Amino acid sequence: MIIMEEELLDEDPAQVERLRRIVTTRRQKRKKPSRRLQLPEAAGPPEPRGEHNSRGSMAAGPSGAAPPALRELPPLPPASRTASAEFSVRERMREKLKATRSKAEITLLQEDPSPRPRRLKSIRERKTEVKVDKVFDNDKPRKMQEDESHLSSTIKFRDSVKKLKQKSAIQNDFPSAEEAYNFFTFNFDPEPESIKAGAKKRNELNEEEEAEEECIETHEVEQEEGETDEDVRLVKDDDLLTVGQAAEDLIVMKPAVCESYSEQLKKEKEFLFTPSKLAVPTSEKMPENVQPRYLEDEGIYTGERPFVSQSNQNILENRILRQEKGKEWFGDDGKILALPNPIKQSSTRPPIFSSEEGIAPELETVYRKAIKMTAANQYLVGPGDFQGPCQLDIDISGLIFTHHPCFSREHVLAAKLAQLYDQYLARKQKNLTKLLTDKLHALRNAVQCRIDSGDAGVSSPVAQQSIPEYKIEIRQTRRLRDAEQEKDRMLLNTIIKVWKQMKSLRDFQKFTNTPMKLYLRKEEVDQRLDEKAYEEEIQAEINELLEEHMEEYEKKMEEYKTELREWKSWKKAQKSKKKKKKDIHEEEESLEDCDLSEERVKPIPPKMASNLEIEQQVREKADSCRRKPGEPVLIPELILSGSITPTEMCPRAEVLRREDVKKRSAFIKVLFNSKEVSRTVTHPISSDFRVHFGQVFNLQILNWPESLKLQIYETTGMSSTTLLAEVFLPVPDTTVLTGSAPMEEIEFSSSQRVVLDHEGVGSGVSFSFEADDSNKMTLMTSGKVSNSVSWAVGEKGDPLIPPVSQQNTGIVSALKNIDAIASIGTSGLTDMKKLAKWAVEAKLDPNDPNNADLMQLIMIATSGEALVPDFFRLEQLQQEFNFVSDEEFNRSKRFRLLELRNGEVAEFRNYKQVPLLEREISEKIFQDYEKRLQERDVVDSKNYLDAHRAVVASYLQKVRESVINRFLIAKHHFLLSDLVNEEEMPSLGILGLSLFKLAEPKRPLKPRRKERKKVTAQNLSDGDIKLLVNIIRAFDIPVRKPVMSKLQQPSKSSRSFNEMFAASPSAQSPTDIPDWAFNQVLVRPFVEVSFQRTVCRTTTAEGPNPNWNEELELPFRAPNGDYSTHSLQSVKDEVFINVFDEVLHDAVEDDHERGSGIRTHAERHWLGCVKIPFTTIYFQARIDGTFKVDIPPVLLGYSKEKHLGIERSYDSVRNLSEGSYITLFITIEPQLIPGESVREKFDTQEDEKLLQAVEKYEAECTSKFPSRQCLTTVIDLNGKTVFITRYIKPLNPPQELLEAVPSSSQTAAELVARYVALIPFLPDSVSFAGICDLWSTSDQFLYLLAGDEEEHAVLLCNYFLGMGKKAWLIIGNAIPEGPTAYVLTLEQSQYVIWNPSTGCFYGQYDTFCPLKNVYCLISCDNVWFNMQEYDSPVRINFDISKPKLWRSFFSRSLPYPGLCSVQPEELVYQPSDKAAAMELQGRIEKVLKDKIMEWRPRHLTRWNRYCTSTLRNFLPLLEQNQGKDVEDDHQAELQKQLGDYRVSGFPIHMPFSEVRPLIEAVHSTGVHTIDIANVEFALAVYIHAYPQNVLSVWVYVASLVRNR
Amino acid sequence: MAAAGSPSVFLLAVNGQIESGQFPGYDDLYCKFCFVYGQDWVPTAGLEEGISQITSTSDVSPTTLVWNFPIDITFKSTNPSGWPQIVVSVYGPDFFGNDVVRGYGAVHVPFTPGRHTRTIAMFVPESTSRLQKFTSWFTGRRPEFTDPRVVAKGEGREVTRVRSQGFVTISFNVVTKDMKKLGYDVSPSDMQNPSLVPTEGIPKY
Repeated sequence: MIIMEEELLDEDPAQVERLRRIVTTRRQKRKKPSRRLQLPEAAGPPEPRGEHNSRGSMAAGPSGAAPPALRELPPLPPASRTASAEFSVRERMREKLKATRSKAEITLLQEDPSPRPRRLKSIRERKTEVKVDKVFDNDKPRKMQEDESHLSSTIKFRDSVKKLKQKSAIQNDFPSAEEAYNFFTFNFDPEPESIKAGAKKRNELNEEEEAEEECIETHEVEQEEGETDEDVRLVKDDDLLTVGQAAEDLIVMKPAVCESYSEQLKKEKEFLFTPSKLAVPTSEKMPENVQPRYLEDEGIYTGERPFVSQSNQNILENRILRQEKGKEWFGDDGKILALPNPIKQSSTRPPIFSSEEGIAPELETVYRKAIKMTAANQYLVGPGDFQGPCQLDIDISGLIFTHHPCFSREHVLAAKLAQLYDQYLARKQKNLTKLLTDKLHALRNAVQCRIDSGDAGVSSPVAQQSIPEYKIEIRQTRRLRDAEQEKDRMLLNTIIKVWKQMKSLRDFQKFTNTPMKLYLRKEEVDQRLDEKAYEEEIQAEINELLEEHMEEYEKKMEEYKTELREWKSWKKAQKSKKKKKKDIHEEEESLEDCDLSEERVKPIPPKMASNLEIEQQVREKADSCRRKPGEPVLIPELILSGSITPTEMCPRAEVLRREDVKKRSAFIKVLFNSKEVSRTVTHPISSDFRVHFGQVFNLQILNWPESLKLQIYETTGMSSTTLLAEVFLPVPDTTVLTGSAPMEEIEFSSSQRVVLDHEGVGSGVSFSFEADDSNKMTLMTSGKVSNSVSWAVGEKGDPLIPPVSQQNTGIVSALKNIDAIASIGTSGLTDMKKLAKWAVEAKLDPNDPNNADLMQLIMIATSGEALVPDFFRLEQLQQEFNFVSDEEFNRSKRFRLLELRNGEVAEFRNYKQVPLLEREISEKIFQDYEKRLQERDVVDSKNYLDAHRAVVASYLQKVRESVINRFLIAKHHFLLSDLVNEEEMPSLGILGLSLFKLAEPKRPLKPRRKERKKVTAQNLSDGDIKLLVNIIRAFDIPVRKPVMSKLQQPSKSSRSFNEMFAASPSAQSPTDIPDWAFNQVLVRPFVEVSFQRTVCRTTTAEGPNPNWNEELELPFRAPNGDYSTHSLQSVKDEVFINVFDEVLHDAVEDDHERGSGIRTHAERHWLGCVKIPFTTIYFQARIDGTFKVDIPPVLLGYSKEKHLGIERSYDSVRNLSEGSYITLFITIEPQLIPGESVREKFDTQEDEKLLQAVEKYEAECTSKFPSRQCLTTVIDLNGKTVFITRYIKPLNPPQELLEAVPSSSQTAAELVARYVALIPFLPDSVSFAGICDLWSTSDQFLYLLAGDEEEHAVLLCNYFLGMGKKAWLIIGNAIPEGPTAYVLTLEQSQYVIWNPSTGCFYGQYDTFCPLKNVYCLISCDNVWFNMQEYDSPVRINFDISKPKLWRSFFSRSLPYPGLCSVQPEELVYQPSDKAAAMELQGRIEKVLKDKIMEWRPRHLTRWNRYCTSTLRNFLPLLEQNQGKDVEDDHQAELQKQLGDYRVSGFPIHMPFSEVRPLIEAVHSTGVHTIDIANVEFALAVYIHAYPQNVLSVWVYVASLVRNR
Repeated sequence: MAAAGSPSVFLLAVNGQIESGQFPGYDDLYCKFCFVYGQDWVPTAGLEEGISQITSTSDVSPTTLVWNFPIDITFKSTNPSGWPQIVVSVYGPDFFGNDVVRGYGAVHVPFTPGRHTRTIAMFVPESTSRLQKFTSWFTGRRPEFTDPRVVAKGEGREVTRVRSQGFVTISFNVVTKDMKKLGYDVSPSDMQNPSLVPTEGIPKY
């Protein structure tokens, strides 16, 4: 203000003068205590002069706070009731003005800083200010426009800043860039401000003019003002011309200023904030000391966040963090709050397929009949009982406002009066006072009667008792009546008071707004009667009260008496006490006593209420609440017949109000299920604030009415529509039909705050009727909608209501499906049935964690509620379908058979044609099966001949069954390759190779075997599979000895290891016996292959090194015709490749017959055999190599003529090998795919870290050498994964073996190896078909007495370690076993490889070593993987200390953690049981003899006892020497004893497991096939028992032909 | 052979023919068929498997390949479970002249006696990858089922992906014996004794 004034002084003296005038006007106006001025604008046009002046002043000084004050705001009327309202209006105006001003400042700033012609500005500015004012006062939309312009101007701001900078640089030479900048950004002098207003003005000019026009149209009064505006402008134009000229003079021309880029950047830095792209640490995003919380981890569904690139997210986070309260944008997990990704995962639009060719799919048209949508919503009436659409009729008759902002004060009073009158009518209708009065009379009469009858002397005790009850009743009733009477009276008083208020208001304001009139009808009463009744009443009351008081008095008196008595006794006691204690502690005691005595006050006797007092009370009360006697009864009557003062006669404020009301109109929208279905016509609000609609809406509904809502809208003038309130309508009962539905009034109210500038009191604004502004009241817009909702009645008179059954659920689910408590109430929560029903109806999501508790509760409750069965039934209805009882089912043989077959029980798996009729199924079918089931636990020693082995066998059988069961389950999992034959994806290398192949010669000189196509073994049948055995050649076949050989071989038994493995030829040279070379035919060997009792043989070759090169084909039959992988794997059959010598005898002894023809007799002598299990072939697919022929240690009549070879080069080789060899190639046609091991992960007790290391190690190894098996973990018998080194631990071999020879010697090692080899071999693949290797520990192995290579190798390795040798386990590949385990020992700087399953040992450089590849070495504390280029033992270095050659598992980075061994501390051996062995020996001998006789059904089999006993004696010797080097002595001896017999025979040595393999072995030798007439046989069996029941079986079979 | 009074098996005689196929875009196709049946079924007469001639489309019926390949087989059985299914697989030369499979399909032999016509929708296994699709097209070694019988079984099919390709129409004439005697009544109630139905259609002169 001050500033402005100063400025004005500078500018223009004329303006100063003007200002002064303004100030004075203002003061004058303040002084004027005019009631008329309370609404200044409405009060008629003010003096043009004053108006004009004030405007001028405002134009001159728009920056100060003055303008609003200067504007002729109404002075406060000293005692106006409207003062407060007025005040607030002014306040708001002031605020708005401020806002506009600041806005204007901004606009100025942007637009143009340069001074403008003053003239223009002032004119326009003035206008703006006026306009702005006016607009704000009257027109809300106007305000909004302003806001918009404000907005746009702020947007402009940035641009203009830029512009400014450039501009200023150009224009300003003198001020520095910074100055220029400050000039525009900093602080503004008033002058430019004023300029700005002008600028803004220009912008708004158009808008304003429009607005102005509008104003003119609507308000007459304002039009007047507009006219004055016009005048003012004219005046001002002249005024300001001079100023404009002055401004033009100030313009200065300046050269442009260039700003350096770096500086610009620097400045920009100050302004601009570039959020960094770095991730924001979570701690910054969270409030302090709050840990991020991940809802998803807590199991709460969070939804997928939409994808935002990380950098964008970071930028956003950085930006938000800089903002105020930026942290609010982050959720609990430290991420920006985000809704779940709304994008659907699958595309909603289905792909288009064209059914007809030639037409583009998009263009195809399909005709579909229009379907009436019936069921789309879950709350729909079910389609089944759908009869047609239901119809709701909503009748909206009208709207009555009980308060409206446009209410004048009179209206407020009228409304109040009406309300009171309504209340009065309601009370009158109830007429409680009368009722209670009657009751009181009746009661009094009754009491009187009682008393009368009591006086009569017939008072019954009942009657006596009831009198007090009556009295109590009377008292209560009286009290009630009094209260009601008081209320009535109060109401009446209030009505009258309000009416008087209204009347006075009407008088005061000199017009009437409401037609309301209150008549008070007086009903004259007969004064005397009235008085009498009044008196009577009072008397009765007095009497009653007296009585009451009397009673009370008596009661109190009683109390008093008892109290008094107590007091007295107490007093006495005190006194006596005092006396007693006086002597001792006089003073103290007395003091105490005093304290005590004070506590008890002497009771005061109650007062008797006096008659007079009571009467006075009663009369007072009666005066206050009762009509005085003789006073006329007043009956108010409200009549709407008053005349309303016509508008012309009203004061201006009231006229304005009425105008306003006329402008207003209302309409109602009907919303059904929150969708707008219809709306009423817009009706103007009548002057009595009623709106009549009278519209009926017929809603044809398909969906259940979930909600029915009315929205009441009010429109003002042409444009604005405001929502006043929302009213929910109850959905009617089905019984409520159109026609019978009553009209209901539903109240509504709105919290909207409306302030009006006319007579209307507004809403939410406090006002008062009192002169002193006290007793303020605030009223809200409120009203009533009268409406009725009902179900329609159809044309035929049937109600269009939904079925009743549906309705409950519909309505319940409609509104209350969210909250359980809301829908069924708290009590419902305890009623589980209700709760469950509700849960079903509300379609609760049972998976929502929110509902988890509830669902749980319901589950428990409902299941508990029903009858609890003591079993769980998966399919509850199953019982219904059981047409036969279970017992009957079980009795049915056919059913059982089908069931067993379906369960793939071995015996029935391939059972064909289950008979249709029960009687056709013989009991025998099940016999085997049942027997097996029974024998599962019963040990059958007959088959096994040995109790222990029987136990073991049954144990193994059980393990096998359980494993097979697992396998059967796994078998039903198919891979794609099982079902579909698909070419492997050719890799680039293969493609290249195949291209290369094109250039290959068609028939290469050295052809290679092509890989054949593999066939899965599931669709094969008998005869499809053939075993191909290609017998190529053999070396060192034993040769026949001349009948009397004198040649004795020197003993070789004492050779040392060194000697044996030395590459040099051995000491004995073959050349010292030259005469042998020229002998006749040494041997005529042929090979016979027997498999599954099919026998094939080659042609006979000649010599000890025959070459056959023949292919033999043997058919293969799977057991039970089951060619599945599983059954093929468990085929136990072996392929026997027997080498025979064919001996030809002349059949005809007589020489004279020779001439006619030669009859020779072929005799064959078994020389040896090779056994290859079928499973090996199956798994290996082909077996190719040279095998050692298992030749019996003694071959009667034959000798191994090792030295006989003429070829020099082979000498050494053969010498080393000391045995016969045969080269074979075996395969299966077609090639079968071996079953893969079951893909299963086993549990383990190994450390997790170790397992991870294992995985890593194996992955590394296999990546380098994929073909080499890396074995670090194995599976033990319990099916758990165990680290392999745990199996290796030094163990003690049986003491018995070590005692025989010095423990460190080679013999001891051989002995131990032999012992291990004597433990029967049982491949895993047979017992646990398809399952990966199971490794048993050594003690388990010794107990089971069966195992495959691993167990043998582990045991042997442990023994060697126990004997103090350096030993390792070799994991490698050997022929014919395939992947296997051998043992490696270091003997005097030589590496020796042991075959644990045969007990043989080989030097590292032995070419006949069956071990072909070495993959891993395992010791008790480490695993080494072969990293060398080659893996053949001959070519590799076994020095494990070289990390380049051997990669160790435990190394410096991962030290050996000291894994404890799974092996026992010490092996305990049962001593061998000689007696049992003897017994078994006898039994085996008998079995074998029987078998041989059985195999010769057409011949007589004679047994040569003498020979047998000789052989029997001989066998222990063999055992003692382990089958070596006894032959010569033995043969000599035999020859001696059986001189006249030609003996051919041999001992067979086997580890003992079962009888069957023995029989097979004997059979395969073909001893029984001799069909010479006078042949005799000899058979001896010897069993040597080793500790732990390891039995070595020797069978000596011989055939004898007497020489003649 | 069971005694006439109390049969222990029932017989199912099927004859008919693989009439035609519709394989748009393919020509010169032949088909194989075989029967898949349960363990309780034994074919007593007729051919279990067969392979047809190669047939080409003609101008008369450019989309239909006619084989008219006869089927004639008799089963005996003790159990309706594992009722015979006919498995048809169609082969033909591809672009390079390699024989590739054009469709597999299977259908149960109809239960009820009488004449039936069945149209089987055929399908072929899909390659596992696009590259393999190309190479298999190039080499003429399309993915095939290891055994066409797979299509008659449900087990293990979940690992395969197939594409439908063409139709084959088969007609069956089915005769059963002793089914009803053994308690299996398969004829619908409305045609109990077709031979006794009076011939209304023939006018009596």
